Amino acid sequence: MNRIQIVSVIASFGFLFFIFEIIRQKKLKEAYALIWVIMGFFFLILSCWLQGLHFFSRLIGIAYSPATLFLVLIITLILIMIQFSIVISRQVDKLKNMAQEIALLKNHIEMLGNDKKTKTN
Amino acid sequence: MRKTKICVIIPCYNEAENISSVIDDIMTVVAAEESWQVITVNDCSADNTLRALETDGRSIVLDLPCNLGVGAAVQAGFKYAVKNDFDFAFKFDGDGQHRAASLRKMLQPLKNNAADLVVGSRFLSKNTEGFQSTPLRRFGIRFFRLLIAALSGCKPSDPTSGLRGYNRKSMEFAARHYPSFDYPEPEELLLMKRNGFSILDIYTRMRERQNGVSSICFMRSIYYMLKVTFAIMMVSLRPKEKEY
Repeated sequence: MNRIQIVSVIASFGFLFFIFEIIRQKKLKEAYALIWVIMGFFFLILSCWLQGLHFFSRLIGIAYSPATLFLVLIITLILIMIQFSIVISRQVDKLKNMAQEIALLKNHIEMLGNDKKTKTN
Repeated sequence: MRKTKICVIIPCYNEAENISSVIDDIMTVVAAEESWQVITVNDCSADNTLRALETDGRSIVLDLPCNLGVGAAVQAGFKYAVKNDFDFAFKFDGDGQHRAASLRKMLQPLKNNAADLVVGSRFLSKNTEGFQSTPLRRFGIRFFRLLIAALSGCKPSDPTSGLRGYNRKSMEFAARHYPSFDYPEPEELLLMKRNGFSILDIYTRMRERQNGVSSICFMRSIYYMLKVTFAIMMVSLRPKEKEY
């Protein structure tokens, strides 16, 4: 194993440990963490198995193997960003419905209060 | 016999100065044989719109806890109207550019079942009285008219008009599916058309706004055009909404 391999294995382990830790602490939901975990394992496998990286690079026609890593990294990040946009859009919708519901409830409570006042008067 | 229940939904964002005179205007068309109710939706205004509404006291006030944009504000009004068994609903601007006299004209076809959605149009008649918007905006309006015509076959004469009337059926649909971001009007027309609602244009005169600034300033008009065009095209790609 050469130096860069050792460094990347350690870094991959560190990354995976960090992800698992924030999932364990419930700071990150499992559903949204899946893609991060897959990415971590992918990098771990490729750092241990250099021939695999070279083989994969040749397969898709990339001459410089490390570029394959960048490609995978960029694709994963784009997927994660799209997932974020979807989650945000969904949340905006939920927030909207809740805010509308709050407005309706506020009105309802006020009406109940008015009814009470007219009854006691 | 139960009186026909009609509501006028007014989304309000920083309309403290206008709102009272707008409600005054609406009160002039109220007829005794119907039960009219103004519903104002305060979209978290930065001025004291809420206080103005509460002192005015003639409307049901829905106070949104955070700013949601005009589409979602109107939708809150529709939700209230559906829940409280209104038969007809109108969407009316809080800035004084719509005239309450138009409501009477628009109510008739709704009552006669001539249409599910009635749009108050500035451009229907050859007569060009009243406020017709600036040339640049008229260009935008013509563009949306052609776009909606190309995608749906119906040619609305005033696709950006915010003055609209709904029967129970279209009101229920709007409560569920109203386009909830800013500038929902052209998108809503196509959405309604695609979901099988009949739309009727009624000629109305409009005024220039009295106080405050329009929500569409020059810098935002580019964004407005792009966003609305994109939204309209996406609506045309979606299937009919299943349940309403």
